[in-house]
Amino acid sequence: MIALEKHVVVIYPHPDDEAFGASGTITQFRQEGVPVTYLCGTLGEMGRNMGNPTFANRETLSDFRRKELIDACNVMDVELRMLGYRDKTLEFESRDEIAKHLKNILEEIEPSLVITHYPGHAVHPDHNAMGAAAIEAVKQMDPDKRPKVWAQAISHDHVKLFGEPDVINNVKPVFDQKMKTIMAHRSQAQGVLGSMNGSAEAAADLEEVAKERLGYESFYTWNFD
Amino acid sequence: MEPIHIEEVQKQLDRLANKEVYVHLETTNGAYASHFNENAYNVGAFIRNAKVNYLHGKIVGDNGTYRVGLKLDNGWVYAEGVNQWELDEQDRLLMAGHDREGRLMVALEISEQPFKN
Ligand SMILES: [Zn+2]
Repeated sequence: MIALEKHVVVIYPHPDDEAFGASGTITQFRQEGVPVTYLCGTLGEMGRNMGNPTFANRETLSDFRRKELIDACNVMDVELRMLGYRDKTLEFESRDEIAKHLKNILEEIEPSLVITHYPGHAVHPDHNAMGAAAIEAVKQMDPDKRPKVWAQAISHDHVKLFGEPDVINNVKPVFDQKMKTIMAHRSQAQGVLGSMNGSAEAAADLEEVAKERLGYESFYTWNFD
Repeated sequence: MEPIHIEEVQKQLDRLANKEVYVHLETTNGAYASHFNENAYNVGAFIRNAKVNYLHGKIVGDNGTYRVGLKLDNGWVYAEGVNQWELDEQDRLLMAGHDREGRLMVALEISEQPFKN
C-alpha cells in the first residue's frame, strides 16, 4: 500500500540496487505523482559482471554503468544524483563525512521518506556502510524535520531476528516496469538474475526467476527512539 | 577483450618493462559468494595504481589459462588465471580472467599513466 508522500529519496551504493530492490515501489510512487530522487553512491566500478557475453572491462565498466544508471532512472522517471564514491570502499570512508554529505542533500530536498539498506543486514559491505551513513544522516536532523526511513534487509536471518518487515509492497502489478528497469542495467542484469537462480543455464527464463524472487519489496520502518 | 594471444601479450610486456608504470591487480570471487552458497567464503584483494618498474615480465601457460609474472628489483607482481586481453585506446595492457558467465575473477593491468581513481 503506497501512501502519498511529499518526496521520496532512495539511497543505495550501486547502480542496479534501486532496480532489484525498490524499482517497483518507486514506480508505484511515481504513478501517484510523488517525486523521487535516487542518490547513488558509486558507479559500481569494481563489479564482477562485465556483460554476458562480456562487453566491458575493468576500465570501461564505470562508463557503461553510468549510462545504464541514467537509462534506468529514465525508465523509472526519477531524478538522479551520483555521489561520486568508489565501489567497495564505502566502509573505509569516514562514516561521519558521508552522513554529513547525505544530510546536506536531505535538508535541501526535505523528503518525507528515505529508502536505504538496513545496516548490518544488507550482505554487501557497501550496502551496510551506505545504509548506516543514511540512518546517521537522518538521526542528525532536527527531529521535527526527520523523514521516515524504510530500511531494506537482504540477509537470510533478518525475519528470524526482527520478524516480518512492516512494509511489504506487492509490486507484481508494475512488474513490467520493474523488469525494464532491471534490464536497463545491461552489464549486470543477466549475471545477477542468473546467480539468484543458482546457475546461468537454468536462468533461461529470466523474467520468471525475477517475478518469483522480486515480486515483493519489503522494508522495516526505522525506529529512532 | 579477446582470448590471450601469448606472443602479442609478451610483446606488450616487453614494451612496458624498465620504465615507471602503474599496475592494477585484483582478484575476487564476489561479495555475494557466501550469501548464495553457505559453503563459500568471500575473498578478494585489489591494489590500484601501484607504481612499479619491472625488470622483465613474462606470460606463461596454455589451454586458455595463463600466468603473468613481473620481476621487480626487490619483489614480484603475479597473477594467475588471466584468459583475455586487450590493448586499449590509451595503450594500456589490460588482462583479465572471467568465469563461464563472464564474471571477472582476476585482473592485471599495466599503464604508463595512472588509472582513473
Ligand atoms: Zn549493490
